[in-house]
Amino acid sequence: MRYLVPVSLIVGLLVLLGIGLRLDPTEVPSPLIGKLAPPFDLPTLEDDGRVTSDVLLGQPTLVNFFASWCTPCLAEHPLFMRLSAGGSVRIVGISYKDRPEDTSRWLARHGNPFALVARDAVGASAIDWGVYGVPESYLLDAEGRIVHKHVGPISDADWRGTFEPKLRDLARLTP
Amino acid sequence: MKTWLPVPLLSLLPCLLLFAGAALAVPEVNEAERPRYQALLHELRCVVCQNQSIAESNAPLAKDLRGQVATQINAGRSNDQIRQYLTERYGDFVLYKPPLRARTLALWFGPFVLLAAGLVMAVWFTRRRRRPPGAAADVPAPVDAAALQGLLDRYPGERP
Amino acid sequence: MIAELGHFALLIALAVAVLMALVPAYGVWRTDATAMAFARPAALVLLAVIFVAYLCLTASFVNHDFSVAYVAGHSHSELPLIYRISAVWGGHEGSLLLWVLMLSGWSAAVALLNRNLPLNISALVLSTLGAVAVGFVLFTVITSNPFDRLVPIPADGRDLNPLLQDPGLIIHPPLLYMGYVGFSVAFAFAIAALVTGRLDAAWARWTRPWTTSAWLFLTMGIALGSWWAYHELGWGGWWFWDPVENASFMPWLIGTALIHSLAVTEKRGLLKSWTVLLAIMAFSLSLLGTFLVRSGVLISVHAFATDPARGVFILGFLVVVLGGAFTLYAWRAPKLVSDGAFPLFSREGFLLLNNVFLSVSAAAVLLGTLYPLFADAVGLGKISVGPPYFNAVFLPLMAPLALLVGLAAAVNWKRARLTDMTRRLRLPLLLSLVVAALLIWQWATDIGLVVLVGGWLGCWTLVAALAEPTRRLRLTGRLPRGVAGMAIAHVGFGAMVLGITFVSLFSVERDVRLAPGQSADVAQFRFQFDGIEPIQGPNYDADRGTIRVYRDDDLVTTLYPEKRFYRGAQQLMTDASVRHSLSRDLYASLGEPIGDAGEWAIRLYVKPMMLWVWLGAVIMTLGGILAASDRRYRARPAALAEAAA
Repeated sequence: MRYLVPVSLIVGLLVLLGIGLRLDPTEVPSPLIGKLAPPFDLPTLEDDGRVTSDVLLGQPTLVNFFASWCTPCLAEHPLFMRLSAGGSVRIVGISYKDRPEDTSRWLARHGNPFALVARDAVGASAIDWGVYGVPESYLLDAEGRIVHKHVGPISDADWRGTFEPKLRDLARLTP
Repeated sequence: MKTWLPVPLLSLLPCLLLFAGAALAVPEVNEAERPRYQALLHELRCVVCQNQSIAESNAPLAKDLRGQVATQINAGRSNDQIRQYLTERYGDFVLYKPPLRARTLALWFGPFVLLAAGLVMAVWFTRRRRRPPGAAADVPAPVDAAALQGLLDRYPGERP
Repeated sequence: MIAELGHFALLIALAVAVLMALVPAYGVWRTDATAMAFARPAALVLLAVIFVAYLCLTASFVNHDFSVAYVAGHSHSELPLIYRISAVWGGHEGSLLLWVLMLSGWSAAVALLNRNLPLNISALVLSTLGAVAVGFVLFTVITSNPFDRLVPIPADGRDLNPLLQDPGLIIHPPLLYMGYVGFSVAFAFAIAALVTGRLDAAWARWTRPWTTSAWLFLTMGIALGSWWAYHELGWGGWWFWDPVENASFMPWLIGTALIHSLAVTEKRGLLKSWTVLLAIMAFSLSLLGTFLVRSGVLISVHAFATDPARGVFILGFLVVVLGGAFTLYAWRAPKLVSDGAFPLFSREGFLLLNNVFLSVSAAAVLLGTLYPLFADAVGLGKISVGPPYFNAVFLPLMAPLALLVGLAAAVNWKRARLTDMTRRLRLPLLLSLVVAALLIWQWATDIGLVVLVGGWLGCWTLVAALAEPTRRLRLTGRLPRGVAGMAIAHVGFGAMVLGITFVSLFSVERDVRLAPGQSADVAQFRFQFDGIEPIQGPNYDADRGTIRVYRDDDLVTTLYPEKRFYRGAQQLMTDASVRHSLSRDLYASLGEPIGDAGEWAIRLYVKPMMLWVWLGAVIMTLGGILAASDRRYRARPAALAEAAA
């Protein structure tokens, strides 16, 4: 009987490894999902104004951390341009560790899809959001609760497969 | 161990990309707090890296987090408060020392339960197949094989 | 052309391995001596053919043949020759080929050196090794062919990862693989014992030198890896409990347990089924390590670029090998009854305890390594298990083990007497207390329970290890190599315990920013930064810092840490500068420049007794070499022929 113990343990181990092959160890869910977005008070890009987290209220919003020095940000930029043109969701940009003149030049060159842009010059607010790096995006409902977090550039497939259904749900909840 | 090709450029991408950005200056921690500061840094995982603590990593986010830890230590916050600050933002994943919760019971107590079981088994294994109490005290001295053979030859009918 | 030749050689090797696995096994089944005798030449041919494939890949590297995808991915026209040769194992495909080469090397060694083994045993051992070779060659050919061509041919290669361009890395992987793969021999002997039902002192005597040899390679391989990480990663760390490190540490722990249980099996004919189980487990853990490193199921600093197809293949291979071996074990092990019992207070009893501690330690490492995977798989969320966990769990498991090491050697086989033990250990105990007190007084900057226990245990292991050989020498005037090897290995373990205790407790590290001319105090040393100068390497440009280290205004040493930029790979690398000594390491590594004033971020460490950790490993290896070369393992044709009959 006891000679069967090793083989059964091994079977368990192999099953675990088999499941492990289908998981992605690098994908870490944010603990902020379902919570209110962290409050912030940041300078705006262009003038001396301030942006606070209150601007996130009232309608579903996509918050995007980006920077002019971030190459992958260019990958999702065309999608954002189309989204802002279509008006399907409001996009708020937070420029991450970037000089304002660089951000402005970058937006001028590639187009500005953002309803407004706040500046997080040293990345302090980004830590509150649990940002790893740029680009990173958060989908918020009208009450400012974080519904979904996406690390890395959003592809068209990501948008159709994940963001659009979630946006539809939000629209149903808040008519 | 340290054999293998340190990964895939691709997965280091976030670290590398961040290089372009400025990092917060890491404030100095005073002499008395420095051991606590260093020890705490080694317990916290750099979430953008492959498998490094924020003490080891050169990723800008690790630097920012070192700065946060230093600032909070200077503000007199306890290790637990700082850990909580980080888990609220990045999840339990940042803690290299998983907190004792229901889901980590097996992790923390497993080795010691196994050790206890192993020791019990070793004792059981060495006790079984021994003579009943009383007889156990005087096990006969090992018998010389030749002498044994001699005895067996002399009393052939009494082989067990 | 050369690459095609290499690919062709691999295909031939596959065919040879299949024959080597099947024909001798058939011979054993039908008791056909000719078929059984096929194993030996097959093993030699397999080695020759794989060596050809290996040479072909090396030639492609030496000749800068960037039409071979693997060469293009891991070499560069500026890469120095020595690194082009070692680049062969710098990536997944080539390192797999190295693994296969080692496997066939071990098989050929068994075929050549164990010529006096009973024919059926040697046929079964080589057949098992052949079967393992089939799996790995197939894996190489199907998912990881290093000879694949690249179209169009790139102008230059993407370079060998700069981290791997280090002398330590030239020999670390071959040593490590020698160890990993070496356990396949003990595994094959275990399979042969299960199939034939023959497991006696002779079997243990055949298996022991192979196990010890594999173990000493693994010991050296792990130590070198640690040495390399210490110098090359620039974090001053030498052991990170990274999944990939753990993958090599688990087989080491079980291999160490196996060495000790084999001693019991050889001397007393006891613990048979347990010994067989350990032999199977040691190699299973080597294979598991391969899976963990190459499948991408865990996050590691050292993992290979991963590919799901590879993970699936290795998992399938694990299912076949592990599933087969453990099922065979469940079926046949009940027949391997050990005759006789023994009391706990005896050499064999203490060795059993040693096995309990080592196996539980291995289980703890396995648990910690796989727990994040487990938690994720059953939906408990993502967690990290890192050094603080392993240190907390490992310490209470290792401390009793260190205590036992000293005790066990002073305890007789069969039935020990407490009075003998205490009489023999009185002097070592006294001596260890004195030495420990001196060490702690000298080097401990802060006295706590851990340094008292760890410091004493290290001294105790070290001193007590010498008691048994001394007694033997006095009694008989002779010292068998086996006993000497054991004592030396235990001395090494003691040295390592001391090193680990002191370096973990009393290392001082500081991150500083210094402008040229400024200095920082770390422990009792003053590190003075003199500035940075640019230098040129063969394939990199570097900033080299000059840091003079003073103690009370006396210059102790000058350190030259570098920050290198590898032109081919376009990567930055840190090259730490270390001054080693038995009492402490002085360590500096460059971070990055800050601002325009010439300020640099610099990491400084003072690490007491760091060298002892690796020195301990070297001493352990020497002990292993001595033990493996003991006269009683050398073939004694007459005795073995008799045993075979």
